[in-house]
Amino acid sequence: MPPVIELIICAFLLLGGIFVLLGSFGLLRLPDFFTRLHAPTKATTLGLAGLLIGSMIYFFAVEQRLVVHELLITLFLLITAPVSAHMLAKAALHQKVRALKRTQGQALCNAVRKRQPPPADN
Amino acid sequence: MINAFTRRWLPMPAQSLILFAVWLLLNNTLAVGHILLGAVLALGIPLLVSPMQSPQPRVRSHLRALRYALMVLYDILVANFEVAMRVIGPMGRLQPAFVALPLDIEGAVPITILASTISLTPGTVSAEVSEDRQWLYIHVLHLTDEAQLIAQIKSRYEAPLKEIFGC
Repeated sequence: MPPVIELIICAFLLLGGIFVLLGSFGLLRLPDFFTRLHAPTKATTLGLAGLLIGSMIYFFAVEQRLVVHELLITLFLLITAPVSAHMLAKAALHQKVRALKRTQGQALCNAVRKRQPPPADN
Repeated sequence: MINAFTRRWLPMPAQSLILFAVWLLLNNTLAVGHILLGAVLALGIPLLVSPMQSPQPRVRSHLRALRYALMVLYDILVANFEVAMRVIGPMGRLQPAFVALPLDIEGAVPITILASTISLTPGTVSAEVSEDRQWLYIHVLHLTDEAQLIAQIKSRYEAPLKEIFGC
């Protein structure tokens, strides 16, 4: 494998690794359940994209064939990540998981639980 | 005659095609056996699930849909950098918030796409839809200006979706 391609693959793997790490770091560091949801749904998506692109280039360079599994993984990830984040947020709201004290708009939570429109003054 | 026949035995042609393609891609092969198996699945599964379908608005403009998908991909890229910065940054300055977003679009599929887009893009996760499907509740990681956020979501994501589905 030419060193240029090796470098490119390394760059993608490194980028992906950094973002997956940041996603997990956010999961650990953010203050409450709802803010924690943000890190893994987003940072991990890009991190995995980096890893998958690196993997695609590797197989293309080494085995001279186009591997499309990675594209499918990306597609499935893009479909499932927001849905699972939505379900987690929804479940947390209905279970009355406490949000960070300074979270704005907590007056909405009651309406959310009943799936009603927000109170009129909003 | 032919029309009634295809509607009976090929109720979801686009989905059948996607299923067939995904099966072959998953197995990474063009072997006859997998083509046959894929065809059986692509024809059989829609026959099983098509009675569960509820009527959905059709995509009016495929070009616009493609442009929307590319825009969302770009926004995901930006969202990642933004959230990454927030994760490293000081926690004390985070200003999370719940926001109610009034919906103009109708139908389960357009609303689902909008909610998913919101979840994948900068600092927002959709949490719940009101029963009358007029409001989408979202959680924002760092809120600076509620009116601006709502206006941005409406103009950047909801308006193009409205054009794509024509609803």
